[in-house]
Amino acid sequence: MFQKTISELSAGLRSGEFSCEELTECFLARVERYDGQLNSLVTLTRDSALAAARAADQRFKTGEVTPLTGIPYLHKDIFCTEGVRTSCGSRMLDNFIAPYDATVTQKLKDAGAVMLGKTNMDEFAMGSSNETSFYGPVRNPWDRERVPGGSSGGSAAAVAARLAPLATGTDTGGSIRQPAALCGVTGIKPTYGRVSRYGMIAFASSLDQAGAFAASAADAARLLQAMAGYDPRDSTSIDRPLEDYSAALEEDLRGLKIGLPKEYFGAGLDTGVADAVAAAVQSLTHLGAEVKDISLPNAALSVPAYYVVAPAECSSNLSRMDGVRFGYRCDNPRDLEDLYVRSRGEGFGAEVKRRILIGTYALSAGYYDAYYLKAQQVRRLIRDDFVRAFSEVDVILSPTAPAPAFRLGEKADDPVTMYLSDIYTIAVNLAGLPGMSVPAGFVGNLPVGMQLIGNYFDEGRLLNVAHRYQQVSDWHRQLPVGFEAV
Amino acid sequence: MSVDKEAVGRIAHLARLGVEETEHDNYARNLSAILSFVEQLDSVDTSGVAPMAHPLDASQRLRPDEVTETDRREQFQAIAPRVEAGLYLVPKVIE
Repeated sequence: MFQKTISELSAGLRSGEFSCEELTECFLARVERYDGQLNSLVTLTRDSALAAARAADQRFKTGEVTPLTGIPYLHKDIFCTEGVRTSCGSRMLDNFIAPYDATVTQKLKDAGAVMLGKTNMDEFAMGSSNETSFYGPVRNPWDRERVPGGSSGGSAAAVAARLAPLATGTDTGGSIRQPAALCGVTGIKPTYGRVSRYGMIAFASSLDQAGAFAASAADAARLLQAMAGYDPRDSTSIDRPLEDYSAALEEDLRGLKIGLPKEYFGAGLDTGVADAVAAAVQSLTHLGAEVKDISLPNAALSVPAYYVVAPAECSSNLSRMDGVRFGYRCDNPRDLEDLYVRSRGEGFGAEVKRRILIGTYALSAGYYDAYYLKAQQVRRLIRDDFVRAFSEVDVILSPTAPAPAFRLGEKADDPVTMYLSDIYTIAVNLAGLPGMSVPAGFVGNLPVGMQLIGNYFDEGRLLNVAHRYQQVSDWHRQLPVGFEAV
Repeated sequence: MSVDKEAVGRIAHLARLGVEETEHDNYARNLSAILSFVEQLDSVDTSGVAPMAHPLDASQRLRPDEVTETDRREQFQAIAPRVEAGLYLVPKVIE
């Protein structure tokens, strides 16, 4: 049952082959059996999941169902969930029971989806390896000594091991696509403004965007469909009709123009990853796509621009964590300043502190023009490169990450090297474009991801290309060893 | 741009962020590495380029000035570290 597609699961529920409660029990049992090896969950919500499953079974009796009714999913612990701890992977929010639901949480509840629990993540989504979590690192199901990627590492690892058929994620610089690549699952980050950020704990507000993890593009399309849409409670949400993503899946690829940016295939790219992506490009040409070499001349500046913009916005967003209204408070503060300084000093981990310090420095008097303003100017140059590219091609294709999953601890002491694992994903966030990662092969036993980048609001086209590729490949159906029992 | 451990102390103070003295050297090294990495931005001429705040150059929407939130003080204060009589408690601010 755990290897079925969402469409098959939905059909099984509709026909009465199995109930939502049985389906939920199946995945809860998988979590309980296997998550000890992965640490992909920080909170299991067994009781509320079974209650939601029983409510979904009732809905099937009345016929008022959606494509996600009764379908279990895992929710990244960055989305507020009323009555359930929302920790954001931090000691700061270890005791934080959200008093309201994020819009995404609410929409999935309304659809009848069944939340099994909350997934582990890098602290406040700051990290590329899931090693900065207060709850300990997540392990990659393909090799437990390696990282799953981050920051949505728990969601990616859980879907890879099929502890749930679907999971939510967020992506500020690659936090859906990079872990999807490293864990061998499908992940999509839509256009900035497509999914509401209301109730999604903010890291870098001009870059943060929620998206979906699944085993396949067809499954991801269903989850994204339920998550996306205009929300007046998010001031940067875009009021624009939502495409039918599942309907877009079957479009023909003949005549599709795919651009290969030369900057994303140069020095620093693992040869095994390069070979896998080249083979995937071949498959797409067999399906009728045309390939064209393109250039994104300012691509190399995306990581440096990001490490000004993201920390600057994080230092501002995280100033709300002050030990007064919610979250962690230090013991016996001497005075108000001591309360702020020690609550924040004890509540935040090292990477979050580094980013707050960098951001505070970049925004401090006398440095604003040299750092933040300069980075925002470079950001426009990066965006303009993409605008030019999309006048020539429909989709841009590249590796998602320069190498397969690295070892736990391998990059933990060197922030700049760690930041470079997002070298192919970050520009997409700076430009606000949709991007996804699709399983495209293996190097040894480690998965490789292919990144697809679309023009604004072209999520349907990305899912279409990924789906067509998945019809002629089976990388996305591979299951890591040791997770086979029901 | 390189940051020394005194600068780490000053920045941490601006952020009201507790950083142990023994960690100042380590943070100084990390921050200097990140800032020197970021200096690549200086290699490109951005004169005349408008800074980009929003990918679609969207502006903030206005809405009617109406009360839409309900009073949920009790629920919000239930998760606060210390409250009394509907007020958030902090150490004494005025002597």
